[in-house]
Amino acid sequence: MYVYDAFDRTFLQERVAEFRDQVARRLSGELNEEEFKPLRLMNGVYLQLHAYMLRVCIPYGTLNATQLRALARVARRYDRDYGHFTTRQNIQFNWIKLAELPDAMADLAEVGIHGIQTSGNCIRNTTTDAFAGAARDEIEDPRLYAEIIRQWSTLHPEFTYLPRKFKIAISAARHDRAATRVHDVGLRLHRRDGETGFEVMVGGGLGRTPYIGKTIRDFLPKEDLLSYLEAIVRTYNLGGRRDNIYKARIKIQVHELGAEAFAEKVEAEWRQIKDGALKLDQAALDTIADRFLTPDFEALPDDPAELATALANPAFARWHANSVVPHKVGGHAIVTLSLKPVGGPPGDCTADQMDTIADLAERYGYGEVRVAHEQNLVLPHVRQKDLPAVWRALDAIGVATPNVGLVTDIISCPGLDYCSLANTRSIPIAQKLTQRFADDARIADIGRLHVNISGCINACGHHHIGHIGILGVEKKDEEFFQISLGGKGNSKARLGELIGPAIPESEIVDAVERLVDTYLELRASPAETFIAAVERLGIEPFKERAYAPR
Amino acid sequence: MTSPLQRKLKISGPTAITANRLADGVVVWLTSGGAWSMAIAEAAIATTGEEVQRLLTLAHGDENTAVGAYAARVEVTAEGRAAPANLRERIRVNGPTIAPAA
Ligand code: SF4
Repeated sequence: MYVYDAFDRTFLQERVAEFRDQVARRLSGELNEEEFKPLRLMNGVYLQLHAYMLRVCIPYGTLNATQLRALARVARRYDRDYGHFTTRQNIQFNWIKLAELPDAMADLAEVGIHGIQTSGNCIRNTTTDAFAGAARDEIEDPRLYAEIIRQWSTLHPEFTYLPRKFKIAISAARHDRAATRVHDVGLRLHRRDGETGFEVMVGGGLGRTPYIGKTIRDFLPKEDLLSYLEAIVRTYNLGGRRDNIYKARIKIQVHELGAEAFAEKVEAEWRQIKDGALKLDQAALDTIADRFLTPDFEALPDDPAELATALANPAFARWHANSVVPHKVGGHAIVTLSLKPVGGPPGDCTADQMDTIADLAERYGYGEVRVAHEQNLVLPHVRQKDLPAVWRALDAIGVATPNVGLVTDIISCPGLDYCSLANTRSIPIAQKLTQRFADDARIADIGRLHVNISGCINACGHHHIGHIGILGVEKKDEEFFQISLGGKGNSKARLGELIGPAIPESEIVDAVERLVDTYLELRASPAETFIAAVERLGIEPFKERAYAPR
Repeated sequence: MTSPLQRKLKISGPTAITANRLADGVVVWLTSGGAWSMAIAEAAIATTGEEVQRLLTLAHGDENTAVGAYAARVEVTAEGRAAPANLRERIRVNGPTIAPAA
């Protein structure tokens, strides 16, 4: 965990006081809506279909138990007893009253969290691997760099009014668990000749015009991270389009200029600033690293007797095989908590569940919790001997569904049930799919399969990178859904291919099931995953079968 | 380019004015008396572009009570009351179609 200093705490308190004053002035009519709207957005407050929504930033997805309890308290006091975890490792509260927002923010500020950088055309909060600091395949903990970027980008005066929002993701492991190739800037930490540095990708993104990011630098020394980012964002700020909101993201600039020409502009800018104030010397890195409290792990043997005994229970064994992965420290494990129960809205978590998870984190997990961009939670550091007890406790509150990475671990945006921009609903489709695929043995047999649903072209459900992507479109007031196949968000990211005309809402679940059945029939062996089968066979055989015989 | 106001004036049937209440975002409907009601059944129903324009002007002048006012197509019930005409407005009136987390 990163520990905020007095500067951060004072800043947050002042920000809450400022927002309290702005809300009071809006409610009294002193500020009009046009004046107030940008102010509330800068604090993560949106107006959705039925209420104000507060989006709270969880920097690089890391929470401690106290912060999770504060989120539970906000859900209980000011909202309807639940929150919704998003694909950017944030949480949204859907029902907060304007007059109560300053109080909710004050409660959050007490534990160092806020809604800044979750909205507006600024550099948004940096996302990373939910397994950071715990993964075996990690080169370094990426959160150190995410925190450095946070400090540089928060209220950066030059970058507060960019042409459009700007999202950065970092991965520092062999497996990209942060979808870096579909961000405005993706950073991949890797080793070369004994040194570690970043591969820098720009211009990735989903939405109306999806692109996979282009590498503009294979290896950027760590000390140059901030100056290089500053050069990229400056190049974008000066040259990005402001005439058309749909063409304002950096991906359009990179596409229109070409990655090479864009890179040249960045390099030219960078040469001028690289040896300036933004250079990260080791002392600066050490100061920030020192503020991260790393758990004092006990070295323990792998596969303790308690675990071996518990594995005789098939339900525990299934969960263990699905939701638990090895930790970098012996005798420990990383546990993913599925927020995708059968029939539940993906990513929703009740106040009571949050409180219990906070207790479990304290008791069994060194007090740490992570938010995964797949809309699940993670206990990153659990002793293997405690896994049976953790499983029982998680199962009791409904967050131990053994479906992590499987067909029912659906990523879904809020859609028309909440979102004022939506064309169609998303959550009910996810709910029906989880009901159709409710059988644990069946989904385990189907294996790894990512289904992503967005309620409009803005693609908050990342449908372009779903192995099966579902996009809601509206036709004459009716909900229809387009299906794309073969997308993926990992280091070999690829956009899915549309399989044909949109399907009515009443038929979408059947269509997905037919795609899955086609895979089961055609896979070379159970070891061949859905995505591997689509890559081997192409989309044709799936396309033929997706549409119901009419 | 057509201004949003002009676009809204091209009405395709009975229309009511709706917005979100400033204090809490609750969905509200403009009544014929110029007040805001949470009940769509109390909404003033306009059938001409001029009437919609008049109501919208009224609504926009009351931005300290309700914000983001726009004209929404409505259906008219047998009793002559407004009812939602599409899924979006049905959800705005009745709330999310899903139960929240258990
Ligand atoms: S994808 Fe569209 S419907 Fe879904 S949350 Fe984003 S803007 Fe709303």
